[in-house]
Amino acid sequence: MIEYVENKEVIARRIARFFKTGDVVNLGIGLPTLVGNFVPADVTVILQSENGLIGLGPAPAPGAADKDLTNAGAMPVTILPGGAFFDSATSFGIIRGGHVDYTVLGVLEVDQEGNLANYKIPGKMVPGMGGAMDLTTGSRVVIAATTHLEKSGASKLKRRCLLPLTAAREVNIVVTDVGFFELLGGRFHLVEYFPPYTPDWIVAHTDADLVVREGCAACEC
Amino acid sequence: MVEKPVISAAQAAAMVKPGHVVHVGGFLGCGSPDGMIAELVKSGVTGLTLVCNDTAVLDEKNGRVTGVAPLVKAKAFSRVIVSHIGTNPETQRQMNAGETEVTLVPQGTLAERVRAAGFGLGGILTPTGLGTEVELGKQKILVGDKVFLLEEALPGDVALIKAAKADKAGNLVFSKTARNFNPLMATACKLVIVEAEELVPVGAIDPDHVHTPSIFVDYIVLAGRP
Repeated sequence: MIEYVENKEVIARRIARFFKTGDVVNLGIGLPTLVGNFVPADVTVILQSENGLIGLGPAPAPGAADKDLTNAGAMPVTILPGGAFFDSATSFGIIRGGHVDYTVLGVLEVDQEGNLANYKIPGKMVPGMGGAMDLTTGSRVVIAATTHLEKSGASKLKRRCLLPLTAAREVNIVVTDVGFFELLGGRFHLVEYFPPYTPDWIVAHTDADLVVREGCAACEC
Repeated sequence: MVEKPVISAAQAAAMVKPGHVVHVGGFLGCGSPDGMIAELVKSGVTGLTLVCNDTAVLDEKNGRVTGVAPLVKAKAFSRVIVSHIGTNPETQRQMNAGETEVTLVPQGTLAERVRAAGFGLGGILTPTGLGTEVELGKQKILVGDKVFLLEEALPGDVALIKAAKADKAGNLVFSKTARNFNPLMATACKLVIVEAEELVPVGAIDPDHVHTPSIFVDYIVLAGRP
């Protein structure tokens, strides 16, 4: 009997390992932001922030925040040597124009067709899409980062999203705290599982069409 | 070069009239013209349409109120056209109560619609929003084998923008991520008022370093002055 325990760090750790040196990456607010903490020391990614910079650096030292230098979540950040600032049209030219390799974003629902919903629960909560629609449209690889189960125990991976979509058939990879999935041919394909979870457990706790890929391996993330 | 009038934030606010479409620079309050916003709240103007990236941060419990949030709270807007309202619960409340019409636009599309207005274009073709609610009511155009949405230009009556530095002719330099929508909005409105942190003589800014050329700017307000 495996008990599910939410673990955001494992999601961030696994996603960080997709990147190679030189990749341009945009990390969304919340869980995706954590990914930046786990990029391996021998890999240098170029972080893009849609409010207008590439070369995003770490948070400033206490007391060193610059009111004119924030990330897309309005948190104080720094810029690395060689970075650059630009206006919002250029920022989204970079994004929509296919110059971002990976975008990582959080989800309310993600389904087996690669649809993703994360900007609106009609009548309840409407934060807005911000840059997410452009990011999912323009990025080479779209990675959805999410806990596998909701607090209620329901699967976050769905057959079909019921909420208004942020992205239609744009998601390539989903990483949860139990495994890493690729989206192909209208199904989730389990590529890696994260012990103590097993492929059988994952199949039983995913409310969608799911294939366990041949060679699916355990990953200690 | 022709020098531009330097006016007070209150004089700037007085130029904004009910019914105006007002473009306000800033991204969650970073790079927003706070002095003019404060005077606009004092003026009590209502019935405005806001074009802005977001409705900024309204978190009074933690003492964080940024950008256009005080104007939202003062119910200055009958309509807001923005990409994000998630950090301003008052926008959401007004939307649910039917007090304010909220139009959500993908951020990159918003930037391009503003840019198109300033650059003499009727609109732009973008793949963003296809297959989502954003495409509802919009024309789809096939270019080669790719489908795009026609997104119309979004001009304004007044742009209230923020710069780090202006020369007396109105050449502008923005600072870091405080640039965001400011240079786009400077091109897209009939009247453009910049709130600058520093005012320097004509010629003090290297022409190679000008972000927004002076011809777009009508008035200059000095930040931090009444």
